[in-house]
Amino acid sequence: MECMLNNRSCVCADESLLKDKALLREMLEKMMIARKFEEKVSELFGKGLMHGTTHLGIGEEAAGIGTATALAPDDYMLVTHRGHIPAIGKGCGVNGMMAEMMGKQTGVCHGRGGSMHMADLGKGVLGGNGIVGATAPLACGAAITLKLKGISDRISVAIFGDGASNQGAVHESMNLAAAMKLPVLFCLIDNNYGMSTPFAGAAKETNLTKRAIGYGIKSFECDGNDVLAVYETTREAREHVLRYGPCLLVEHTYRTSGHSKSDRGRYRSKEEIAGWEAVNPIVRFSNFLLDRGLFTGSEIERADKFSADTIESAAECAIAAPNPPIDGVLDYVYA
Amino acid sequence: MVGVTMPDREITYANAIMEAMCEEMRADPNVYFMGEDIGVYGGAFGVSVGMIEEFGPNRVIDTPISETAFVGAGVGSAITGMRPIVELMFSDFMAVCYDQIINQAAKMRYMFGGCMKVPMVIRTASGGGTGAAEQHSQSLEQMYCHVPGLKVVVPSTPYDAKGLLKSAVRDDNCVIFLEQKLLYHEKGMVPEETYTIPLGTADVKREGKDLSIITYGRTVQMSMAVADRLAQEGKSIEVLDLRTLSPLDLDAIINSVKKTQRAVIVHEAVKFGGFGGEIAAAIADSEAFYRLSAPIKRVGALYSPIPFNPILERTVLPGEDRIERAVREII
Repeated sequence: MECMLNNRSCVCADESLLKDKALLREMLEKMMIARKFEEKVSELFGKGLMHGTTHLGIGEEAAGIGTATALAPDDYMLVTHRGHIPAIGKGCGVNGMMAEMMGKQTGVCHGRGGSMHMADLGKGVLGGNGIVGATAPLACGAAITLKLKGISDRISVAIFGDGASNQGAVHESMNLAAAMKLPVLFCLIDNNYGMSTPFAGAAKETNLTKRAIGYGIKSFECDGNDVLAVYETTREAREHVLRYGPCLLVEHTYRTSGHSKSDRGRYRSKEEIAGWEAVNPIVRFSNFLLDRGLFTGSEIERADKFSADTIESAAECAIAAPNPPIDGVLDYVYA
Repeated sequence: MVGVTMPDREITYANAIMEAMCEEMRADPNVYFMGEDIGVYGGAFGVSVGMIEEFGPNRVIDTPISETAFVGAGVGSAITGMRPIVELMFSDFMAVCYDQIINQAAKMRYMFGGCMKVPMVIRTASGGGTGAAEQHSQSLEQMYCHVPGLKVVVPSTPYDAKGLLKSAVRDDNCVIFLEQKLLYHEKGMVPEETYTIPLGTADVKREGKDLSIITYGRTVQMSMAVADRLAQEGKSIEVLDLRTLSPLDLDAIINSVKKTQRAVIVHEAVKFGGFGGEIAAAIADSEAFYRLSAPIKRVGALYSPIPFNPILERTVLPGEDRIERAVREII
């Protein structure tokens, strides 16, 4: 899927957003941290310090960070097998995540879950899920909890991909949420490929927003490589969920990293990837901040340095951390 | 009414289940009930008739026919603080939502390092003998026993059904509660006062000294009938009702077999690969092995889907005749 994005900068409908420098810095730093997290994971795999597999989301930072930042701190969010970025966006700590990547006792799941299962109940992150599309029914359930407890200022978010959009679980859940008027935001991060299969090869109707029509719910759509657009659209969609019930939000982005460690890159060209790297969401946002005079060059550099230090320190801690004790292997099978 | 023992009443297995649900829902606002046609319709087997009138549509929730979505929603609400009771109309339909049970409900606590719990009951109607044919008659409990993280309960009497369901609702894990279709209208004595039966405790339904029939669910009744018949010949048969398959009351099994020195394991599920194999292996793997004076026998359904024709169905499913034959082989 060739990159057709013309816009190499960001778009902001609500200019007042730009006065909130702390928010802008938060999103910039989170995107940088997320990128460096993924790069560090790749590096540590290369050195044989991590095992198993991982699904990196390099290129998808604006989608995951923009959406997670736009949510309330105690909104629920369920993320996919490619879930590091939104988890970071929602506040899941990178020290615990990096340790989890290495299966350490200090990991967010004490080494039980690994890359695909980052969770932090306190931050509303109800876990990464290795089953494509499974986040949608679970998010409906978290929304039922909110509804039954009479909590009307929080929502539940199911993140899933374009590949998952063809899963029965997702269709059933959009219908269930609509029928029960549950506060669920179905957040579809469209990265063009379900593993290696381009979406056009997986569905005849490629306009993903049309999926909402069949369930009588509203859809929103945004440039998923523009963190400001993602943030603003998520805010709008979230308001809609609180007022009227579930909706679908489609964020168009692209993963420049491979699907997983098994990806040999046989399904797309280097040129295609390079085209998308040129609209890399971190560079775009940095350039926007500079062009609009919102950040100075040295401020951007400081954010970059801060994120690099954060990840370096997380990796050092993770490497030094102990493995889980063997005699605790059966802990957590049952409550 | 402290100090006053309420009288036992005879109520049906279905009513005992409803009483358990109602009592738990009255006691705990986090307990709610969700499933297909459980509201005004009262459930396919009439278990929940009248519940929506007491608890309203927010706590007795009729869902679309979307097993994956509503079972998954049960899991999602359980990890966020509710205690859902989810009804699946037929246990065969668990195959439709297998992912949410096997990969989600059973995994979440362990996979997320203990930061979540899944206090949820999946109630479902299990077993054949109703002429409902291949897709509405199976006994699939073994598949759930094989998955760490799930608990599996199969009550055989109204008394057990009520006490076990109340424990299941209060348990912090996902409990698969397999109700026996043909028992829904069976009556039994159930106290009016509240009581629970801990999960993981078997029950000696009939004491004996010559042979142990180890069983659960609908075949408990059949085994009792066989034991009654053989008693007339002076044979003393013990009937051990497991009640809970996971966790399994291994001590009760071993103690019973050590005493009687003979074991026949009976279940309605297909014999090959069935839970009876696990029980037989557990006996063989214990000190009870040295006390055995005959081979362990197993009785279960033939290795076949459940056919529609009643004669064929009776042929596939185990009955008193096959249980009696197995007992006579080793006694």
